[in-house]
Amino acid sequence: MRTDHDHRRVAGYKTMAMIRHFDKKAVNLQRTGRLGTYASCLGAEAIGTAAGLALTRDDYFVPYYRDHATLYLRGVPLHQILQYWGGDERGNAFPADSDARRDLPYCVPIATQLTQAAGIASAAKLRHKHAAVLATCGDGATSRGDFYEALNVAGVWQLPLVVLINNNQWAISVPRGLQTACASLADKAVAAGIPGVQVDGNDLDALLKVLDDALERARAGKGTTLVEAISYRLSDHTTADDASRYRKASDLHRAWQNEPVRRLRDTLAESGLWDAQRETDWQQQCERTVEEAIDTYLNLPPAPATDMLDYLYAALPAALRDQRAALAALNQEVRHG
Amino acid sequence: MAELQTHGAHAVPMNLLEAVNRALVRAMAEDDSVVLLGEDIGTNGGVFRATEGLKAQFGFRRVMDTPLAENLIAGLAVGMASQGLKPVAEIQFMGFIYAALEQILSHAARLRNRTRGRLSCPLVIRAPYGGGIHAPEHHSESTEALFAHIPGLRVVMPSSPSRAHGLLLAAIQCPDPVIFLEPKRLYRLKRLPVVADGEPLPLDTCFTLRTGDDLTLISWGAAIHETLGAADQLAAEGINAEVIDVACLNPLDRDTLVASVSRTGRAVIVHEAPRHGGMGAEIAATLANQALLHLRAPVERVTGYDCPMPYFQLEQHYLPNVERIVAAAKRTLVY
Ligand SMILES: Cc1ncc(C[n+]2csc(CCOP(=O)(O)OP(=O)(O)O)c2C)c(N)n1
Ligand SMILES: [Mg+2]
Repeated sequence: MRTDHDHRRVAGYKTMAMIRHFDKKAVNLQRTGRLGTYASCLGAEAIGTAAGLALTRDDYFVPYYRDHATLYLRGVPLHQILQYWGGDERGNAFPADSDARRDLPYCVPIATQLTQAAGIASAAKLRHKHAAVLATCGDGATSRGDFYEALNVAGVWQLPLVVLINNNQWAISVPRGLQTACASLADKAVAAGIPGVQVDGNDLDALLKVLDDALERARAGKGTTLVEAISYRLSDHTTADDASRYRKASDLHRAWQNEPVRRLRDTLAESGLWDAQRETDWQQQCERTVEEAIDTYLNLPPAPATDMLDYLYAALPAALRDQRAALAALNQEVRHG
Repeated sequence: MAELQTHGAHAVPMNLLEAVNRALVRAMAEDDSVVLLGEDIGTNGGVFRATEGLKAQFGFRRVMDTPLAENLIAGLAVGMASQGLKPVAEIQFMGFIYAALEQILSHAARLRNRTRGRLSCPLVIRAPYGGGIHAPEHHSESTEALFAHIPGLRVVMPSSPSRAHGLLLAAIQCPDPVIFLEPKRLYRLKRLPVVADGEPLPLDTCFTLRTGDDLTLISWGAAIHETLGAADQLAAEGINAEVIDVACLNPLDRDTLVASVSRTGRAVIVHEAPRHGGMGAEIAATLANQALLHLRAPVERVTGYDCPMPYFQLEQHYLPNVERIVAAAKRTLVY
């Protein structure tokens, strides 16, 4: 008999396979000029998926820029993820009925989301909500003041916060060893007086266990946990990067031996939860779903230029009316010219 | 007003990025107190490759990959500069410089003043700025006015390979802290002759790129490109525009601007940054104050809109273009 846990693992595998396919297609879209610079999540599928599965609808998610899997599980449609990376802020307007309705948008300025996550956690605590905040960041982000400042206040205020580090060993070209002399990133929790946990970031089961516990601890008012998920960035930093300039092919090759998607597939197959037929069917489903998302994305109507002013203030200030009119007039010419 | 010297016996063709790189190489070779620090500047040569080859040539002690922390980079640079090193720090994109603002504003800009000359802060902070390359969010800002507002800083924005080269050499030799903003849209635009003889350009003057009697177009950085395009288009219609590259926003060479506009009677200021509180306002106020009786039309500004630089789907709507500049020029002519 299948347990709930088995169902969750199979659902996790399906998401990971879907996101892997999505990621490949997104890179292709960028290469053919139909998407902007894109941050691949190749190798981070287990981390993003575990985060999405561990969060509830009442929780809050504070992403950085590699969390496509989590946002997808929170109910952000794939075409909207593409819309964001296609250079359109409307991609950050997550659907109002989704779990992501209150989540923060993708965050580009490194680590700045972490102090904000502490603020969200303070708000949840003040309002006595039974909810946790999960914020993510990379290994490089742990060098920034925002990271320390967020952990510090979260520790002293016992905030319902989990900070999840995707330690993919690289911050663009700078290896983990040049970020810190700390033996582990989880050790950085010591200075904040909170627990720090290391977990295999390529192992969905282990991630689920650690994140379930940490989030439940947060919801129960027992405070903040720092989780370091150890993984490897199998892609270039973004589509604008060429990792072969600074990374040995042999290191990348070794990292592939431990990649999360195949690893989970093998484990599920061993326990009879997955097989070749299911795999073929699911890959076809992934192709259809991603194809549809790309189609929707490519056919979205362009945003009017006046969007750049219309969402700036609650109501357009009188002082900006002239600029809006000028922009609208130019936009008309562009559209009809 | 400095004369432009783009041709000569030693002129070598370079794009703006190569011009920056060659200036760094020369400064490091001539002065071993010059050190570089920043994110990804070592093995990777910088995300735009401005520091390509420098770690190999000068070693990791002088070309330092820092941890990912901009406030740290600025603080390190202040400390190094206060004790005789000449740090040239790179902030990977201008959009990430803000964490360093406290160090720049409260310390770099004030150290000499606060210690009545006992200490100084001869650092350079380089950052690529501006839009037009389809970059991710926060990678396309043009917030030079923030820095131009800080007394004690020099703010330099080159608009061509030769000015990038000569102004960067000057910035590194300069005893004051310099914010050096590089127009990333022009980085690889074209190779132009650069006289790489090690002569710095002056940091206290505008550059007149083109002379004309009918009106004055004033700009800096990447927007010079569209401004020159507008001047070409106006010339085709028989209108002769003078084009001034301000290049150094603080301290500002008011004399060149006032002299030109006093002669032409008309001015259009072009900048990529938002209009409100932008450097265009400072220049327009200067012209109103010092050239009022020569003005034959209100000073026009062609700028970004008063909103954050939009994500790239809308950036072409945001950036000043030739048409908007030409239209503004004509408004001054028919006034
Ligand atoms: C404040 C800030 N500085 C610099 C950058 C440019 N940048 C983008 S990603 C990155 C490396 C981040 O590494 P890490 O935190 O390990 O996350 P990863 O991309 O590896 O997932 C840098 C330097 C930025 N986005 N924000
Ligand atoms: Mg990393």
